Amino acid sequence: MTKNKQKIGIHELYAKDPIEADKLLWGRVGEPKSRRGFLKKSALAAISLALGTKMVFADYFPRGIIPAALAHSSEAFELEGKRAGLIVLNDKPINAETPPHLLDDKLTPNDLFFVRNNGIPPREVNLSTWTLTIEGESVRQSKTYTLADLKSKFKQYTYHITLECGGNGRKEFNPPAKGNQWSTGAVGCAAWTGVRLKDILNEVGIKSNAVYIGYYGKDTHISGSDKVVISRGVPIEKAMEDESLIAWAMNGEAIPMLNGYPLRLVFGGYPASCSGKWLHKIVVRDKVHDGPKMTGQSYRVPCKPVAPGTKVADKDMCIIEAMPVKSLITFPKSGVMLPLGKQLPLRGHAWAGARSVTKMEYSIDFGMTWQPCNLSAPKNRFAWQQFDAKVSFPEEGYYEVWVRATDSEGVAQPMLLPGWNPKGYLNNACHRIAVKITN
Amino acid sequence: MEENRNGINIGLLITSVNFVFVCCLLLFGYIAAGDIIADWFKYSPKVALTNTTKKTTSASHFDKAIDGIHVQTGLVYAEGFEVVRGTCTTCHSAKLVTQNRATREGWKQMIVWMQVTQGLWDLGEQEPIILDYLATHYAPKAVGRRANIDLAEVEWYILNVEED
Repeated sequence: MTKNKQKIGIHELYAKDPIEADKLLWGRVGEPKSRRGFLKKSALAAISLALGTKMVFADYFPRGIIPAALAHSSEAFELEGKRAGLIVLNDKPINAETPPHLLDDKLTPNDLFFVRNNGIPPREVNLSTWTLTIEGESVRQSKTYTLADLKSKFKQYTYHITLECGGNGRKEFNPPAKGNQWSTGAVGCAAWTGVRLKDILNEVGIKSNAVYIGYYGKDTHISGSDKVVISRGVPIEKAMEDESLIAWAMNGEAIPMLNGYPLRLVFGGYPASCSGKWLHKIVVRDKVHDGPKMTGQSYRVPCKPVAPGTKVADKDMCIIEAMPVKSLITFPKSGVMLPLGKQLPLRGHAWAGARSVTKMEYSIDFGMTWQPCNLSAPKNRFAWQQFDAKVSFPEEGYYEVWVRATDSEGVAQPMLLPGWNPKGYLNNACHRIAVKITN
Repeated sequence: MEENRNGINIGLLITSVNFVFVCCLLLFGYIAAGDIIADWFKYSPKVALTNTTKKTTSASHFDKAIDGIHVQTGLVYAEGFEVVRGTCTTCHSAKLVTQNRATREGWKQMIVWMQVTQGLWDLGEQEPIILDYLATHYAPKAVGRRANIDLAEVEWYILNVEED
């Protein structure tokens, strides 16, 4: 159960922007000619489910109005394609994180995968007309593919790839950093299916001066202006890795709308903001890409360490590339009570940016001693790994179980917050849960 | 857009003398000019509220403050609230305010950032009101290098484990 203060009632959403609420809640959008609410089948199903009955004449129901049967509801709503229980940090644009105990699956289910949107997802997606264009100063030719082209012309691959928001853990920085105050849940690992970006870039033809790729998506700015919401990318070397995908499927299903349907980039180990959603254009640049949120302070940290609270000039901020080693306890949920003499089953995931995790440990005495956990090998590079242990406690009382991952270069998670940075990125401090041993 | 919205506003002002017909008028408005009404809603959230929750009598409950917190937005209900709601939630969720903490200077920087990159307008004489409100009610807390687990948030439960 999430706390009430973290939920958004249906009224709040409708009161602010009924049209938007319709779209977010039910996927319902206006039909241009009649201006009546037009319900996609999935949206109708969602409304019917919430009402507990079929909605008759649903097509004539005006958009932006709460169905009367739901008008009393102050229940937290489910985001389209998402299970209840996600913690909604921001509803305009939608940002929602997954509580740790809901990340227990080896592959994060689509309806539990976190959402970090910078803008508004596209309203209409037509699979037959959706195209991907490759252009930019460092391509030999500009080329456009339909989704059918991508699926038929190139070999398809599936990889388990962990995506984590660069700002995951921001909530703990002090002095605080502005932005969505992610706790631990802006991370997930899914089986992504698509084509290798390098296969497409090779077919298009890349000039030797290529330095970076940048993406453009079909999301729109929350201000309603036609500004580009976000256009980030990765160095060309990263783009050419085997696991760098243009994906249309997530865990064997279509990618949820909030996660980039119908097409997105997937770059393991880099901040998830590099993995552009609602992808329709890739530019190959002869310099570091300079789209919105590539420059200034966005997704950058001080090139040299600074004291907490330091104001850092843009020129002294460097782009985040590989993310640091990190782990998460997904079972049990924090707040567990157990009788003395019983062993506590402990499990979770560990991941390490471009590296692998080679050691996993837990401590019940705030780091004075560490005990080993079992640790699985990654399914492939950039997949998170599973750990487990049976934890014994010497006497009754309050404990915290802390876990610590060490990567293949010998770098471990800190117990305290890592280096402070102005935007609050890269918090990989050890995760911990509260435990009470009773008699 | 501007003249259209004004036109609709005048029409509604006249008609809203009879409150009962507001709902019908808006329904008609959707059929005739959904997007214009949508814009109009953005600047008149109270009307939207009245409309959408008309049958529930909960509209007033929803737009009031409980324990000093405005129910609808989650913002602290204190001096400057109306200006902050009117200015900030036009473009983004109030949650983007309530989950953040900063000094007055930090909040000022956020305003400047929104003006430079997000199209926020010059706030004029409202800026000090907004900054006073934010710096008072959403100031940083001293938590050191790492805060304790927030035990007030922990929901304790008993785990049943099988015998080994």
